[in-house]
Amino acid sequence: MAVTTESARDTSSAAFELKAASFTLPIIRLLGSDMDAVAEQLGAKVDQAPDFFRNTPVVLDLSGLSAESGDVQFPLLVGLLRGYGMIPVGVRGGDSDQNKAAEAMELAILGDAFVRRPKAAAARPVPKPESGPSGSRSETASSRVSKTGARAAFTLVARPVRSGQRLYAAGGDLSVVAPVSSGAELMADGNIHVYGPLRGRAMAGLKGDAEARIFCQDLQAELVSVAGHYRVSENIPTALKGVPVQIFLDKEVLRIERL
Amino acid sequence: MRLKEGDTLARIIVITSGKGGVGKTTTSAALAMGLAQKGNRTAVVDFDVGLRNLDLIMGCERRVVYDFVNVINDEAGLNQALIRDKRCDNLFVLPASQTRDKEALTKEGVGKVLDELSQSFDYIVCDSPAGIEHGATMAMYYADDAVVVTNPEVSSVRDSDRMLGILASKSRRAETNAEPIREYLLLTRYSPERVASGEMLGVEDVQEILSLDLLGVVPESKAVLNASNAGVPVILDKESDAGQAYGDMVSRYLGEQLPHRFLEVEKRGFFSRLFRG
Repeated sequence: MAVTTESARDTSSAAFELKAASFTLPIIRLLGSDMDAVAEQLGAKVDQAPDFFRNTPVVLDLSGLSAESGDVQFPLLVGLLRGYGMIPVGVRGGDSDQNKAAEAMELAILGDAFVRRPKAAAARPVPKPESGPSGSRSETASSRVSKTGARAAFTLVARPVRSGQRLYAAGGDLSVVAPVSSGAELMADGNIHVYGPLRGRAMAGLKGDAEARIFCQDLQAELVSVAGHYRVSENIPTALKGVPVQIFLDKEVLRIERL
Repeated sequence: MRLKEGDTLARIIVITSGKGGVGKTTTSAALAMGLAQKGNRTAVVDFDVGLRNLDLIMGCERRVVYDFVNVINDEAGLNQALIRDKRCDNLFVLPASQTRDKEALTKEGVGKVLDELSQSFDYIVCDSPAGIEHGATMAMYYADDAVVVTNPEVSSVRDSDRMLGILASKSRRAETNAEPIREYLLLTRYSPERVASGEMLGVEDVQEILSLDLLGVVPESKAVLNASNAGVPVILDKESDAGQAYGDMVSRYLGEQLPHRFLEVEKRGFFSRLFRG
């Protein structure tokens, strides 16, 4: 799934509106750079469901490529996809050379800070976005989800998060300075901060970042999780409910600690 | 009928809740009547297509000729469908159709009717159906203000919370990035005795969960059922606690600061016990 977000702002009596929307797009995750193999296997897939792929925008995920697999021949690949009726729109998870090559083919570079290259991730810790207090960033008083920059993804929400609402901070931290109701869902690739009662669900490190943490002032959550390790309300000790806590992974065990 | 053009645009108020049976229609009728009695030209629109009730509560069920869906489909003019209230000249009712379903409400059609109403009214009160489906989203889409009617029990509170989320994301104001809908909380069927005994959530509990401005607390009252049966909006029953609570609600909506009443268990003195049984 790819989530694309643009900042939306209302202009005066203009001929168009600028709005934000999320789309679910198929992703083609390359596991090797042998275009002949890709062509052959893709052809077989398309034959199974030709209508599914016709005029479908697709995103190329390069994070599965290892250093040894060689350069991706983007012109060939783009031609191949278009030949099958698909519309390649962007790439993610590439290194700077791959991104440059993709840009040359007019493919968008989709920001995705936490798609890690398997080898590199093991070698060095993942750089984490700054998790300082929300006041340090200049944010408008707007109640909408707003973001600063594309890379330093940081999402601030100042309105109550209601039952049934889902918020996802792609590639970074999520801060909520209002109550989070039961039945609401917070998700972030980075940390989650809640400065108000947290009664819904909070999932930090959604893409597997085990360093991510959840900080909240008043823990009443239905479920908390870091990188897939979760606890439901029933398994949270009463002594930790209603008090400020941080939640983090300690050797694959989810720990809740009073602040 | 005095529908003249060129007046200021109306304020559109949706009465909503998510959950059914909490008192949306009673509240719509009371708010509309209260606003009209204070000299505002007010229209109250029933969005519950297929389950028409507002006409009964307003006591105009025997005067329905055309309805909301007829106006949307250009089968009747707005002036033909609006029913003037016999008790208050400033109040008009636009009834729902009983023979159609909610799909008859289109975004364009509803927008057209509300636009036309806006030309000649100060307030338009939209009585939303229960649920979060098409009918309810149509009722709230064009709203400027929302009154979320909630009973002091957990399932109603959660449904209201869900509705508030939808108000914040699926309304015209949200879609055009305009100033968000003003949201108010109205607690209905409140029973101080049952709160005291721990059977019901208290005002503070509900406010804590929903974090909203409290527009009023309407006590559980026999007067509401009696008023519905008689087709008289309960706000006209000035003797009753519910009628007074709705009166306070209307004043608060118009900006008056009033203390909340009917929150405490009534202490019955010797004389009241003697005379009121």
